[in-house]
Amino acid sequence: MIETVQQFILALLANELVVAVILSVLPLVFVIIYTLVVLYTEMKVAAHIQDRVAYMMTGWHGILQPIADMIKLLLKEDIIPEKADRILFRVAPYVTFAGSYAAFAVLPFTSIYIGANIHLGAFFLIASGSIVVVGILMAGWSSNNKWSLLGGLRSAAQMVSYEIPTALALVIVAMITGSLNLQEITKFQDGGIHNWLIFGGPFPLKTKLLLLPFTLITFIILFVASIAEVNRTPFDLPEAESELVQGFFTEYSGLRFAMFYLSEYANLFVVSALSVSLFLGGWSSPFGSVLSGPVWGIFWFVSKAYVLVLLQIWVRWTLPRLRVDQLMYVSWKVLTPWLFVCLLAVGAILVSVE
Amino acid sequence: MKKVIQQSVTLPTDYTVTPGSITTSTGKTLRTEEMIINMGPQHPSTHGVLRLELVVDGEIIVDCIPHIGYLHRCFEKHCEHMTNYQQVIPYADRMDYCSAITNEWGYVLAVEKMLGIQVPERVEYIRVIMAELQRIASHLIAVGTYGIDAGAFTPFLYCFIDREKILDLFEITCGARLLYNYIWIGGVSHDLPPQFIDQAKEFCAYFRPRIKMLNELLTYNEIFVKRTANVGILPKDVALNYAVSGPQLRASGVNWDLRRDDPYSVYHKFAWEPQIGKGEVGTVGDCWNRHMVRMREMEQSLNIIEQALASLPPGDVHAAIPKRIRPEKDVEVYVRTETPRGELGFYVISDGSTSPFRVKARGPAFVNLSVLPEIVRGAMLADLVLIAGSIDIVLGEVDR
Repeated sequence: MIETVQQFILALLANELVVAVILSVLPLVFVIIYTLVVLYTEMKVAAHIQDRVAYMMTGWHGILQPIADMIKLLLKEDIIPEKADRILFRVAPYVTFAGSYAAFAVLPFTSIYIGANIHLGAFFLIASGSIVVVGILMAGWSSNNKWSLLGGLRSAAQMVSYEIPTALALVIVAMITGSLNLQEITKFQDGGIHNWLIFGGPFPLKTKLLLLPFTLITFIILFVASIAEVNRTPFDLPEAESELVQGFFTEYSGLRFAMFYLSEYANLFVVSALSVSLFLGGWSSPFGSVLSGPVWGIFWFVSKAYVLVLLQIWVRWTLPRLRVDQLMYVSWKVLTPWLFVCLLAVGAILVSVE
Repeated sequence: MKKVIQQSVTLPTDYTVTPGSITTSTGKTLRTEEMIINMGPQHPSTHGVLRLELVVDGEIIVDCIPHIGYLHRCFEKHCEHMTNYQQVIPYADRMDYCSAITNEWGYVLAVEKMLGIQVPERVEYIRVIMAELQRIASHLIAVGTYGIDAGAFTPFLYCFIDREKILDLFEITCGARLLYNYIWIGGVSHDLPPQFIDQAKEFCAYFRPRIKMLNELLTYNEIFVKRTANVGILPKDVALNYAVSGPQLRASGVNWDLRRDDPYSVYHKFAWEPQIGKGEVGTVGDCWNRHMVRMREMEQSLNIIEQALASLPPGDVHAAIPKRIRPEKDVEVYVRTETPRGELGFYVISDGSTSPFRVKARGPAFVNLSVLPEIVRGAMLADLVLIAGSIDIVLGEVDR
């Protein structure tokens, strides 16, 4: 019986290794296409927010511009500063990208496709996110530039701090759904918009109404934390343009710079996809069984994540940036305590309902 | 450059941190030291080619030493080698290139005072209108780039859209958009074109709601307030000691505006008020108040422009002056005007020839910048960008 994409490809090729290679390359294709789309969206949305039109010359409404940008980056001279730590400097972008790319292994794109159907999927996602920090620290240190070092340190502090709210939000979801597998969490919420965890999950009405405020708060906090995780305004201190001038990747150019860029946008998708899987029903259709199915699943999953990305872009081009101590304040004194409140409340509700 | 750590901190892992060293539990002493970072001259937040040498302890600034002179163009020496007095005007434009009109006006007033020229009423009105439009344009740059310093990019472009409309007004009047050479000795280069008054009135009506919108978008934004309120506080006495002027002085609570306190031209005929920092959020003299004073001054400038447009007298735009300006020997004048950045003074000495013997400019941005090291000590690196931005320096005028 063929139930998943994995089994289908295995049946076709009858070789575990080839299947593994194909499955790990598939998301890469997706990431590259997706990055180009988001780059274009970001520029256009930013432009319209700012009362301009952005690029119009390359293709219809400048639609080829992201590709042109990428080609430009690939053709650029690859500079390694003389006093840089050459090995770390070369490795850092790939470590960063590997960290954000690894997370794609556990994203349930649709009901029959997930790269690795492991039980600790969400946990793995958070753990692989931490590898990004290592890459950023490596980049900041090896550039041998004080500004880059400051950017790297800021970034490490920030990403480590904001993993706490993300992980706590995850704990709340795990308590409700009883699983850390993103596929299982999504299946739990299947069956229409009213079953999504953001609206209290698939429980009887009374339980649902009790859970609703807490899951809603958890979702908002997770969204805020995810903006911080990907270092975007108002939490873009590591690359604060006006102070650190791109922070940890000031000294990078060409392909290596492109890798950082790719990693950033891949990360952007990962955190949005995490929020979607945890709270917005993942690949499940908002209309119950209407427009549902494996192919529609991909559509719903990607477009829900895309909406969150749009929200992040909107926030980015509206708000100023926080200062580093205020950033820590938000994480440790606002988001984390609130999540503890939610954690206790959700636990109490679940126990009392049983 | 002494490190300032108020008290010793004991960390849970048996480290003792004292100023200058860390002692571990095994009794090993590790040396700590501040990091010296160079900021600029090619840094986006120094608003030009300012170089700041920073001594930082982590993200805290221990000391800051500004280095200037990267844009030095010998403005004052150039003035002594002109063939006549008029040729200095374009050079004055290039001092503070964000508000060229107010610069040339300062110099022209000095020469007119030297010669004892009385310019026609219409000229005074046109000069006031132009200077106030210029003030708005200049403040728009200050406010917009300040948004960028704080990390908000969008207000900057909104400001530039509005500034564009002012530049259009300048363009239809004298053809130039940045460096005008518009105010001449004894008059202005061109009379206002026929459509100017309507277009300027239209701009005033359009711009008032935009100020409100900018305030909502940036000034009262929660994050922006958090970033700027109580940051870089410049107390009244320090401001006065450093001879700070302009919006920066008024933000510290000193009610001093040369347009009212040492009146020149026809400012006394209009109803307007100098704006001082009131400290609605934060403290009087902090970055937020400096920003807010500029926002309010734009509104006051609109008031002046509207009144001047309504009562613009007819007449000639050139006073009857000799073709060749040759003041008497050894006349010394000092004229100060209120530019968007503060008190711009011109000290001109004649030697009886057709060119000035000496022109000394007292640049507001230069003087205002001198207070920077005083107010950034103890602030964070991110605050430095905001403090330097709130001073609103134009390096063309600092270095001259």
